[in-house]
Amino acid sequence: MDIKDVEKLADLARIELTDLEKESMLRDMKGILEYVKVIEGVEVPARSAFSIADAGGEDITPDYTVHNAWREDEIMPRDFSYDLVVDQFPNKQDGFLKVKKIL
Amino acid sequence: MIDLKNLTIEKAHNNLKDGKYTCRELAEEYLKAIEQKNPDINAYLEVYADVLEQADEADKKFKDDTATILTGIPFAIKDNILIKGHIASASSKILENYKASYDATVIKDLKKAGVVFLGRTNMDEFAMGSSTQTSAYGVTKNPIDTSRVPGGSSGGSAAALAANMALAALGTETCGSVREPAAFCGLVGLKPTYGAVSRHGIIAMGNSLDQVSPFGKDVRDTEIIFDLLSRYDREDSTSVPENLRKVEHKTNTKKIGVPWHLFKEGVDPEVEVNFKESLEKFKQAGYEIVDIELPYSKYSLAAYYIIMPAEVSTNLSRFDGIRYGYSAPGKDLLEVYNNSRGQGFGKEARRRILLGTYVLSHGYYDAYYNKAIKVREKIRQEILETFKKVDYILTPTVPITAFKLGEKMNDPVAMYLCDIFSAPANLAGVPSIALPSGISSEGLPLSIQFMAPHFKEDALFEVGKAWEEIREK
Repeated sequence: MDIKDVEKLADLARIELTDLEKESMLRDMKGILEYVKVIEGVEVPARSAFSIADAGGEDITPDYTVHNAWREDEIMPRDFSYDLVVDQFPNKQDGFLKVKKIL
Repeated sequence: MIDLKNLTIEKAHNNLKDGKYTCRELAEEYLKAIEQKNPDINAYLEVYADVLEQADEADKKFKDDTATILTGIPFAIKDNILIKGHIASASSKILENYKASYDATVIKDLKKAGVVFLGRTNMDEFAMGSSTQTSAYGVTKNPIDTSRVPGGSSGGSAAALAANMALAALGTETCGSVREPAAFCGLVGLKPTYGAVSRHGIIAMGNSLDQVSPFGKDVRDTEIIFDLLSRYDREDSTSVPENLRKVEHKTNTKKIGVPWHLFKEGVDPEVEVNFKESLEKFKQAGYEIVDIELPYSKYSLAAYYIIMPAEVSTNLSRFDGIRYGYSAPGKDLLEVYNNSRGQGFGKEARRRILLGTYVLSHGYYDAYYNKAIKVREKIRQEILETFKKVDYILTPTVPITAFKLGEKMNDPVAMYLCDIFSAPANLAGVPSIALPSGISSEGLPLSIQFMAPHFKEDALFEVGKAWEEIREK
């Protein structure tokens, strides 16, 4: 990892960094990656975390199954207050959120 | 004068019921304590203006006989739990002016019970830290030794309770953020089963790990709070339905597994001695201690520091200076984003967002994120397997005692290592409780922690209460 990588990440994450901040970020990131890279060497049997079973016949199905939590797309009463939401807008006009033009 | 130091929830409840004092008088005592101590400790970022009105409402419940055990109990609430109409900043500049537009489910339940919210407490920014030093609003001091940190990230809640500036407190855990400050401040901290307590209205850090977690002065206090908050909530898609919560509850379980290989190094000698002494006390009380091996769990913290930043980078993308929170000017939309996020997020938040962006990026996803997910599943499986052989897993809560203010701030990895024993419970989703286990030669609290199988909080309360008896021997 070098300073260019940090710049690229900061750009992707939409975070403005000064040159000094980039350098200290690079130092910290290197230290952390050095610590977590041990994970690369861990032997995990070749199967995905949530697969049903493997060739060996061993039942490795998790005790829970992972599923999406769907709900019907219907209007439900919410306790959001319109005024509190609009009050938060940093920039507003006539009760609408005002943003910079995009095009 | 009410003896706040020795007050527990049950004692206060009995006194309120017997009319020894009113909820208003109790709240006034705590407000006095806050006025006296908070300027130095900085546990509270804000004390609510309506505390006495809330107490009056609670008094009405006692008058019309609708009071329950938590009615009128003064609570400190971590700054990442939404209370409608109040600021919830997650101790970040980017949310300095954010006013919650709804109540978190846990707050709704506490309101129904008639608790009194004293104020919101300081924390590491977005709950990222182990010492409450990354807050944008200054550090919180440990009331036991004000030259030291209270732990974190829920350090403000821990300090408020330890300094008798509240009778109960809520924090949140992603990896040790309640157990570690509980250890540093001499309190009990419970990390519930993942999915037991609703996350609706909690400012998210790592969704697959976060849990609202109570602090108490003793085991019974955390049990009372947990019993109220633990329920299915349709507003939280990972909340576990009631029918899946029912587990067989065996009483008098006495087999404790100790994964010695996990703490061969890096543990303060005094912590280790205290841990061994604690084991000895359990043995004498008739508990069976067995060695266990958790080969994948030694990678817990490494897996955690991949999974959590990945979730952080995703979660914190919503803070962009557009709809709410801090917004910095810029010549175009992109500059508004970059400036708002660059100036609004503190150093640790930026660090974790970038780290998460890195481990999720093309070319590193498989090596880091995907691998960490697999290791996490292995950790979960080996812990579940272990619970077929033992009733509890016991380790020290933290490898060290409360450190000096300013320490570890320039060495992120050293800070992360504070949570090395916390990570397995969060990754596996099992409940864990931190219990005071003595005082070090420097007068600092020591702590041990139990883990139990999913939804066996009851077992943790049972062994915790037994420990409160055994400990004194």
